[in-house]
Amino acid sequence: MNASVDVGTAFDARALRREFPIFARNPGLVFLDTAASAQKPRAVIEGLADYYSSDYANVHRGVYGLSARSTDRFELARHNVAAFLNAAGDSEIVFVRGATEGINLVAQSWGGTFLRAGDQVVISALEHHSNIVPWQFLRDRIGIELVVAPIGETGGLDLDAFERLLNERTKLVSMTHVANVTGHILPVRDVVRLAHAKGAKVLLDGCQALPRIPVDVRDLDCDFYVFSGHKLYGPTGIGGLYAKRAILDSMPPWQGGGDMIQTVTFERSTYAPPPARFEAGTPDISGAIGLDLALGFIESIGRDEIFAHEAALTEYAIQRLAVIPGLRVIGAGARRIGVVSFTLDGVHPHDLATVLDTHGVAVRAGHHCAQPLMDHLGLDATTRASFGVYSDESDVDALVSAVQAARHMFGV
Amino acid sequence: MDLRDLYQDIILDHARRPRNFGGLADPSHLAHGHNPLCGDRVTVFMKIDGDRISAVSFEGRGCAISTASASLMTEILTGLSLAQAEAVFAAFHARVTTGETIEVAPELEDAAERLEPLTGVRTFPARVKCATLAWHAFDAALKAGVLGETVKTE
Repeated sequence: MNASVDVGTAFDARALRREFPIFARNPGLVFLDTAASAQKPRAVIEGLADYYSSDYANVHRGVYGLSARSTDRFELARHNVAAFLNAAGDSEIVFVRGATEGINLVAQSWGGTFLRAGDQVVISALEHHSNIVPWQFLRDRIGIELVVAPIGETGGLDLDAFERLLNERTKLVSMTHVANVTGHILPVRDVVRLAHAKGAKVLLDGCQALPRIPVDVRDLDCDFYVFSGHKLYGPTGIGGLYAKRAILDSMPPWQGGGDMIQTVTFERSTYAPPPARFEAGTPDISGAIGLDLALGFIESIGRDEIFAHEAALTEYAIQRLAVIPGLRVIGAGARRIGVVSFTLDGVHPHDLATVLDTHGVAVRAGHHCAQPLMDHLGLDATTRASFGVYSDESDVDALVSAVQAARHMFGV
Repeated sequence: MDLRDLYQDIILDHARRPRNFGGLADPSHLAHGHNPLCGDRVTVFMKIDGDRISAVSFEGRGCAISTASASLMTEILTGLSLAQAEAVFAAFHARVTTGETIEVAPELEDAAERLEPLTGVRTFPARVKCATLAWHAFDAALKAGVLGETVKTE
């Protein structure tokens, strides 16, 4: 008998769920809040314990073998992030705390150096606060203009309106790749093409896209790409900023300290080349290694397979939810993935989330750190279900049953 | 935790048919309450004659708990003296946040009793702010003594 295991082509979320100890420790948990933060697989949890037990020391400092080993693992993590994004080189990856810090880094270092009063930064109406507030800081500091590209009637980015906004003063387009409230997949290829035609740089926020969509930054030709490790099944506190090497070379440091220098005297200092220039102080070494472990976990499943699984599950969720009387799924344009936001007539999202919680269903309710989008939609809050590799149709079915129970309870 | 501890019939009734909903023609006191965490907004209007609250109403959008709490509050506070109203608020606040029972004067026992259904939020920590939002707005209006104070809970 052939002893080899045929993994086949069918996506087995049930088997993957067994790789996540949280589900064994919380029987009955229906976790539909992966867009806020993903659960952690054994490979990450145990791999980190193994790293701390076997190879831990500070990096880039010690002459001793243990520090060299730790440095090798840290830099291997950078190499694997670069490969995951298909960056041209490892030095194009800067480790940051998360997408938020990545955007702040670009705003302060690149924006603070190259933008002038009257220059425009274009964002979309779908942005998370993390891609709004750093640009407002810059606006208040140096007088740039923040321009918002609208969404169309079905909730997708209005590409024609976006194109009309672009002009010779547009210096940067900073947009999410997948919208965190609606799951809309933005036409980022067109965004990059149109922005570059005007000479503007493009930053993409990959928080929701990278866990679900194969991303190739060179193919996209974006100038910056940011992401958070904790949404990628990795630890909190680590994330990445990809930037084209020539752009990174042109950017001044944004935080000073150890590791980011070449020489220091009391009179002056010279700075290390990227990426070290942007990584002052002891980095989140274990975070980077945990992120590397998470990327390995994702690769072991297959990124195309994850995309297909989440696309199918999102479609299933919309079909099941949309037929519930009084339930309205928030539009997400032509293409969406991984996230479904909705409202239910007569039941406030917070009441709904509380009822769902008592049924073991964990969802997010509120403004999802996108208050301007909520204002635009005329909503105070929505209920949001989001999926991960461990999610399957049974989770959606549990959600639907719990929503029906809430309708019964509130008499709607 | 039992959902019915939180969503008792009296709560659902006030949430569906809030009492004293709408503005007052000539309020002497008014305050806005906003919970940025969930987006709930409430405006509390009061007419205070001398030492007595002669009318209370509210406007706003929120969950069942915050709406019911605001609605019950308007009914309970109407006719009370300022000192009595503050005493009811203090007792209610203690009940929903710490679980502590503060003795109130005999004439206020009925008011405290009517608020008891709202104290189910204690076992739902994420929802306590919902129950206290309108009360904080009332308290802010009273303390500021001017129109248009905004109080935030989060």
